[in-house]
Amino acid sequence: MSARPNQLSVAEARHGLAAGDFSALELARACIEAMAAGSHLNAFITETPELALERAAASDARRAKGEVRGPMDGIPVAVKDLFCTEGVLTTAGSHILDGYVPAYESTVTRNLAEAGAVMLGKTNQDEFAMGSSNMTSHYGPVVNPWRGKDDKDLVPGGSSGGSAAAVAAGLCPASIGTDTGGSIRQPASFCGIVGLKPTYGRCSRWGIVAFACSLDQAGPFARTVRDVAIVLGAMAGHDPMDSTSAPRAVPDYEAALSGDVRGLRVGIPREYRVEDMPEEIETLWQKGEAWLREAGAETVEVSLPHTKYALPAYYIIAPAEASSNLARYDGVRYGLRVPGASLDEMYANTRAAGFGTETRRRIMIGAYVLSAGYYDAYYLKAQRVRKLIAEDFRKAHREVDVLLTPTAPSSAFAIGDKMDDPVAMYLNDVFTVPSSLAGLPAISVPAGLDAGGLPLGLHLIGKPFDEETVLRAAEVLESAAGFEARPERITSS
Amino acid sequence: MALDKDTVRNIAFLARIRIDDDELDHLAGELSHILGWIEQLDEVDTEGVEPMASVVDMELPRRADVVTSGDRRDAVLANAPDPQDGFYAVPKVIE
Repeated sequence: MSARPNQLSVAEARHGLAAGDFSALELARACIEAMAAGSHLNAFITETPELALERAAASDARRAKGEVRGPMDGIPVAVKDLFCTEGVLTTAGSHILDGYVPAYESTVTRNLAEAGAVMLGKTNQDEFAMGSSNMTSHYGPVVNPWRGKDDKDLVPGGSSGGSAAAVAAGLCPASIGTDTGGSIRQPASFCGIVGLKPTYGRCSRWGIVAFACSLDQAGPFARTVRDVAIVLGAMAGHDPMDSTSAPRAVPDYEAALSGDVRGLRVGIPREYRVEDMPEEIETLWQKGEAWLREAGAETVEVSLPHTKYALPAYYIIAPAEASSNLARYDGVRYGLRVPGASLDEMYANTRAAGFGTETRRRIMIGAYVLSAGYYDAYYLKAQRVRKLIAEDFRKAHREVDVLLTPTAPSSAFAIGDKMDDPVAMYLNDVFTVPSSLAGLPAISVPAGLDAGGLPLGLHLIGKPFDEETVLRAAEVLESAAGFEARPERITSS
Repeated sequence: MALDKDTVRNIAFLARIRIDDDELDHLAGELSHILGWIEQLDEVDTEGVEPMASVVDMELPRRADVVTSGDRRDAVLANAPDPQDGFYAVPKVIE
């Protein structure tokens, strides 16, 4: 039996639409049915079936007139609920944005809509993208479609957990998320799919609910490297509305997938060999190295001496930026308001009721490290360490084209684990945070299963704005790994 | 560094988040644990290193000083919890 359209890759769906095997409307309907069958995963906060059918019909009408807009025309996409979508509830996974319906559209979702993509709905996430498990969402945890051997429900990773779970479960061919310290790459690894964080400045941040402005970046999830290349091409581009958006042309990312990595120099950073790393992750990492060498690449050991300090620096910088960004949630202009006798009391009551535990924790850490007397010791110190980390990468990238590391120090863990120790949760991002601090493009590719049958990803980090080399090397890894496993909890077949 | 209850109370005030007194002990412990872990940064010699505020290696762009949007009062107020007569209403601040 042939696969249902919702289980096709973006490239296959594009082909099927062009060949007339099915219409965009049929493709959208297949995804909407799969979403209904997969509702127990809690991957979506808001589903937008009517909007999807309307956009799919418009895509079919364009195709009938020979006016197809490109490779994304008619392709269904799920959108993390951090992107403002005009007329569609946008919650950032938080109680404090109750009922918020944006009067405008984020640049990335507008770019996708203009490319003809069909939005299926808004996906669940950690509150304000703060988390690595999707447990901090006001809308409840997302269930990873992969199931552990002991049959426990697992987290999909976070913060873009809903977007990752939706693609892994075959509810849709692609989705978009955001990555501040690993929020695309870690869930991609946990869910056995591909996730790319582009270079800072590659995709506009306009209309993305801000967490940490100097780190936030939008990126795609899909089941293949080729699909991620196609979706990124439709998301990226210069935007005058974001002053940090890069005024650079968008290359044809799909054309970069030559399959040829002969002569490519791949760095293996020795500091990523962390204590207590499970042996199977170490083994997979060595396999990845061997796969790239067999394909003609050259691997060399490199040193990134400040790696160890990336996480603690991140946990000053990101909360500091978050505490100022989240000052806007005051009960006055949008979302939740809890009354108080005075204006100050109304603010404090609203914010106490509206923010969850982790968000509150990060706002308080941020307020503390920015406060008089501590600013130099914490905040400026962290920014200086950030500079050293960025310099480490700059030096390494003089020697090598890409770096290869594991994506995460473990596979998906059980829902509820690590909740009583914030620092243990933060360690999930040990391999992804350094490249976030340096603003570099990085991808997670599913490369194998651990002893418990759960997916593990490998991580490639490139030079600024060199997504093409990252994608090219990733596709070679993908072919060599031959990762065909799918979660058993697929909802429709 | 270990935070005491008064410091946590003050941080909560700065952040405008109401914290009940019975939560202070727990929060002080949790925040101290995180800050203690962060303080490993003291091992790094950062003498003479410029703080890095942004990874973007470019001048901030400027645009012409012209109105690009506006006249959307009702659309903007549509999300307000208590809009009144075209304004955001808040508890009385002046006696």
